[in-house]
Amino acid sequence: MKHHINTTLRRIAPQLVILAGVLLLNFLVFPDFFRIEFQHGRLFGNLIDVLNRGAPTALLCIGMTLVIATKGIDLSVGAAMAIAGAVAAALVVDGHSWQVALLGALCAGAVCGAWNGVLVAVLRIQPIVATLVLMVAGRGIAQLVTEGTILTFLNPGLIHLGAGTVAGIPTPILIWLGLGLAVTAIVRKTALGMLIEAIGINESSSRLAGINSRVLIISVYLISGFCAALAGVIVAADIKGADANNAGLWLELDAILAVVIGGNSLLGGRFSIIASLLGALIIQSVNSVILLSGMPPELNLVIKALIIIAILVIQSPTVKHALYILRASADPIPPGSIKEAKESPQ
Amino acid sequence: MIRSTHLPLLITIATFLLAYTLCAWQYPSMLSTRVLANLLTDNAFLGIAAVGMTFVILSGGIDLSIGSVIAFTGVFLAVILRDTSIHPLLAFALILAITISFGASMGAMIHYLEMPPFIVTLAGMFLARGAAYVLSTDSVPITHEFYDTLQSLYWKAPGGGRFRLTGMIMLLTFAAGIIAAHRTRFGQNVYALGGGLQTARLMGVPLAKTTIGIYATSGGLAGLAGIVFSLYTSAGYSLATVGVELDAIAAVVIGGTLLTGGTGFVAGTFFGILIMGLIQTFIVFDGTLSSWWTKIVIGGLLFGFILLQKGLTWATTLRRKPAPEFAAQS
Repeated sequence: MKHHINTTLRRIAPQLVILAGVLLLNFLVFPDFFRIEFQHGRLFGNLIDVLNRGAPTALLCIGMTLVIATKGIDLSVGAAMAIAGAVAAALVVDGHSWQVALLGALCAGAVCGAWNGVLVAVLRIQPIVATLVLMVAGRGIAQLVTEGTILTFLNPGLIHLGAGTVAGIPTPILIWLGLGLAVTAIVRKTALGMLIEAIGINESSSRLAGINSRVLIISVYLISGFCAALAGVIVAADIKGADANNAGLWLELDAILAVVIGGNSLLGGRFSIIASLLGALIIQSVNSVILLSGMPPELNLVIKALIIIAILVIQSPTVKHALYILRASADPIPPGSIKEAKESPQ
Repeated sequence: MIRSTHLPLLITIATFLLAYTLCAWQYPSMLSTRVLANLLTDNAFLGIAAVGMTFVILSGGIDLSIGSVIAFTGVFLAVILRDTSIHPLLAFALILAITISFGASMGAMIHYLEMPPFIVTLAGMFLARGAAYVLSTDSVPITHEFYDTLQSLYWKAPGGGRFRLTGMIMLLTFAAGIIAAHRTRFGQNVYALGGGLQTARLMGVPLAKTTIGIYATSGGLAGLAGIVFSLYTSAGYSLATVGVELDAIAAVVIGGTLLTGGTGFVAGTFFGILIMGLIQTFIVFDGTLSSWWTKIVIGGLLFGFILLQKGLTWATTLRRKPAPEFAAQS
């Protein structure tokens, strides 16, 4: 057990260091950053804000991590969020309870995910292309549900999911933490995680080894759609309305970025949901630095781009190989080289 | 005899003709040169960008940055024409140089760092959009007499249709694209790259030069599309043309180019653009349909053409190989 925790810690160490660095930067530009207060029955503070605002990206990256581990990608999560938000809003506006609305939204997300999964696993269309269809058509479908308007609602139960608190902690934080832990537990306490990794590393051989890759691939897209639906409901509940055009716009890219920052290879294989969640928090903390330091928010995208480029350079097989040779030539029997070789993807 | 590689192109052309006939049958006024001319003018920037996207997709890659590059170009031109007194032609040359080198550096990253084009161009998309925001977050109008001159250039066809300069630039770009794809060494290398990286390397295709060239072309054409877009709107706005890359990809796929690379035609993309423009025109003519139907119909068409491609690939492998079970899995 202790050994297991040690490996996990070693895996997420780079993400923890980066997160600590970004949080420290936050502290430097805004000394009150770490202060958390308890007022009017809920926690207040910048740290809580980071956890709360990062909820949609964090939720999306749970499903995205699994999809990317199978060597896939899901571009449609932003559109699925818009559809789920629209369905939830339409249901409460029609006078249904918030439970029905939530269930309807989750079903809508699951249908979106299943559609993607069938295109990828049964019709064998490349994931980028298969999910592009829903990415293009999805916002149109969401607008069909909201009939082109921003559907506003006042249902307290639904709003509670996005803006309420449970025991002083904002609900979105509890939702993403809970789902993240649950999915991690399911894939790591059973063989599912290993099977998903096997599909990502080599689908043909995993199939020959007896893995039902078709069902597993459909399920990971289903989970991704489910996560997107939850994120969509939270975003809609937060603004008390479903905006088919802007809900979750470009969040698919943030989710993919979170997975990449989490050190997961886009080429499939080994994955860590915890590292992806840390990636989502890193993105949100960077946003927070930019806002708190008074830099123009326009710089946000430039900084994100620079982060991606830096990670690309670090993760690139060419650079890894060069570093390996450099280290090997500096030290005849390099103690770290064996570990390094194990970590680099095939 | 019709080869199966030509079939998607023929189906695209047939779809366009059928759709146009149906539209004209319902609204006879759609047959006028006015509608045709507007079809070209309204989709000029998208068409130019889609030519670049066709080359990228033919090589088996993807370029997500073009929408942002178009917006950046517009903002750059608007700001530089407002703040300095240089001639627009010089500004055009400057922005083309910037966008070409921007594309080339993305190509270099894809080749030398061996990273998937998807994530590299995603970084490019953020970078270009962010650079546009940094230049200006407001919509900056362009008021220059040279712009007025360019905008007033048109050829008036019988029937009142005005074929404007921008539409002509798009047609010229398509012509140049068709020649480059089928009649030059570069074009052949692009097809070879799309057929398979390993095979292309063994055949002696200069991988680095071709990859960098492809993304430089795409970047440069996105810059040209940005110039055309700024002529079309007379302004530069950093929030403009969000999601144009998706429209361009959709046009390429509807045009019959295989998304796995290696098979397709630049001419197909032209008809893909026309089909997408036709859907929009029809919705405008109808008046009762809402604009979101455009997205749904384009999504449906995309799905239909992807299925068609899958079916064709499957049919050809079935004919060639005795063991379809394994061929379909690879």
